[in-house]
Amino acid sequence: MYRYDEFDQDFVTDRVAQFRDQVERRLSGELTEDQFKPLRLMNGVYLQLHAYMLRIAVPYGTLDSRQMRKLGDIARRYDRGYGHFTTRQNLQFNWPKLSDIPDILAELASVEMHAIQTSGNCIRNVTADHFAGAAADEVADPRPYAEILRQWSSLHPEFVFLPRKFKVAVTGAERDRAAIQVHDIGLHLKKDENGRLGFAVYIGGGQGRTPMIAKKIRDFLPEEDLLSYSEAILRVYNLNGRRDNKYKARIKILVHETGAGEIARQVEEEWERIRHGALKLPQGEVERIREYFAAPAGLAAKAPSASLASARQADPEFDAWVRQNTFPHRVAGHVSATISLKPIGGTPGDATADQMDVVADLAERFAFDEIRVSHEQNLILPHVAEDNLRAVYDGLVAAGLATANAGLVTDIIACPGLDYCALANARSIPVAQRISQRFGDIGRQREIGELKIKISGCINACGHHHVGHIGILGVEKKGEEFYQISLGGSGDENSAIGDIIGRGFSTDEIVDAVETIVDTYIARREAPEETFLAAYRRLGQGPFKEALYGTA
Amino acid sequence: MSDSIITANDLGNGLVVFLTADGGWSQRLADARVVGPDALPEAVAYGKAQHDARIVVEPYDIEVTLENGVPVPVRLRERIRAAGPTVAYGEAEIAERAALSKAG
Repeated sequence: MYRYDEFDQDFVTDRVAQFRDQVERRLSGELTEDQFKPLRLMNGVYLQLHAYMLRIAVPYGTLDSRQMRKLGDIARRYDRGYGHFTTRQNLQFNWPKLSDIPDILAELASVEMHAIQTSGNCIRNVTADHFAGAAADEVADPRPYAEILRQWSSLHPEFVFLPRKFKVAVTGAERDRAAIQVHDIGLHLKKDENGRLGFAVYIGGGQGRTPMIAKKIRDFLPEEDLLSYSEAILRVYNLNGRRDNKYKARIKILVHETGAGEIARQVEEEWERIRHGALKLPQGEVERIREYFAAPAGLAAKAPSASLASARQADPEFDAWVRQNTFPHRVAGHVSATISLKPIGGTPGDATADQMDVVADLAERFAFDEIRVSHEQNLILPHVAEDNLRAVYDGLVAAGLATANAGLVTDIIACPGLDYCALANARSIPVAQRISQRFGDIGRQREIGELKIKISGCINACGHHHVGHIGILGVEKKGEEFYQISLGGSGDENSAIGDIIGRGFSTDEIVDAVETIVDTYIARREAPEETFLAAYRRLGQGPFKEALYGTA
Repeated sequence: MSDSIITANDLGNGLVVFLTADGGWSQRLADARVVGPDALPEAVAYGKAQHDARIVVEPYDIEVTLENGVPVPVRLRERIRAAGPTVAYGEAEIAERAALSKAG
């Protein structure tokens, strides 16, 4: 794992002291809200529907047990005993007192964590494949590059007042688990024909009120040029992105209005000017950062576990969990395990302080002390020896964390919605809970197979509804909550924006409507192996429209 | 004509508060001072002054109806804001799900 050097630690510690002074001046009446708001946002502090909210960065979703325990400790001492893991691989606390936040940030700094650039018009937390460094299908670990980007983008003086926020994601495998095509910059780490590492570069993707799939502007960017090329993109955006209209200020609008070809030309032109300058990555530095992400000592190939095989045979529920919630590891005899934060009827992404402690303990004892946060709002133990799976599972069962639903219909992404968010128009969590309960039977979930439902409580699309196989968008209509359904969205290597299927549904109707769509898929699929998304792409809207509205 | 109340967030702890009849702020909706259209501009101005005095944050007026003498916000958003999340959270959520699965 990356460890802070003296510069990182001083920087974060200084920032805590600076913010402590700002909060004191705000509380004493010296600073107005207008003066204070940009300062608090730069430190991840929002004012939400009910209270302040603190968003803590988890760079590329990677944590160790010490950090997870600290989050649990903060939840218990300063909040209401729980936290919410987000689609940006971050953690949000919903109830901190402003007066406590400097102390919380000091606690975080003691375990190399912070809340810097989790808000505001700057480069946000860089996200990565949650199986990074572990996945069998990975070309290389994307996290060293995410870390390099983090160091470059942290308080980059040119890019702290961008036209709008800016999000970067990196994947190191062909199969995109980081949704890079719906990011401002998406980087696909790969090798060229000579075996050199580099990136396919995508720009201008995003969700929100104007969803766009990113355009690939370069098929192969050599590793050493990562920062100069990123700087060129940011510079073109910073100079030309719109500042007159908040809703047209993201780079996706600039790319769309200018044309990807022309933007690519401008980026390349700027890059030519700076590519041989200070931003060229020295190989030694890349290697130095890569060392931090080396496989844990002791992670060595093992023979297939006999004890695992017999444990699976003896316990169908354990067997189901292993089948659904583990992912192939690049080191034989190991897997990555998904800890579902989607219990049936629960709040997607929430974990209590006690649950955080349990995950920390299990990671420490059985999983090389590594934890990940996935953008699908689950936790991951990336390195687990097959021999230890049973012990991990037993620990998770005891903490209510062993739901065997990764990737299934109840593994729902939902934004906080109108239950917490000041911007929301409708609630998301209760809809997710009711859908989860409707499809709670695990046999039925398995029969349905892979199906990603994503729910947003407003057009800002924090719940990623545009790329849900079934996407649900909450709107307010004449004072009532209504839910609009879109189908066929996807956030993987074949990203697509879902198609709105027709008129919206009331709170009472929405769960039945989802069930109608699922039943139509089951009835019309060619074989159980044909996923919902594949079937939808083959069938189109027709049968689903007919089932929902009675007209083709 | 409709009735209104003034709401804001407490500066220090961030929690939702309502302007009361004595010019203070309460976390209880029932304590809110209900004002008619004539008194509304004065109440809004008072709220803004309290914001400027760094006592509360971002005050605004919301429309209410009276039910048994207690103000009830007209908009769902404001009802949720006043009452808290409509879903259980933290340990209470786990307990609720456990009770539900026992009952089921």
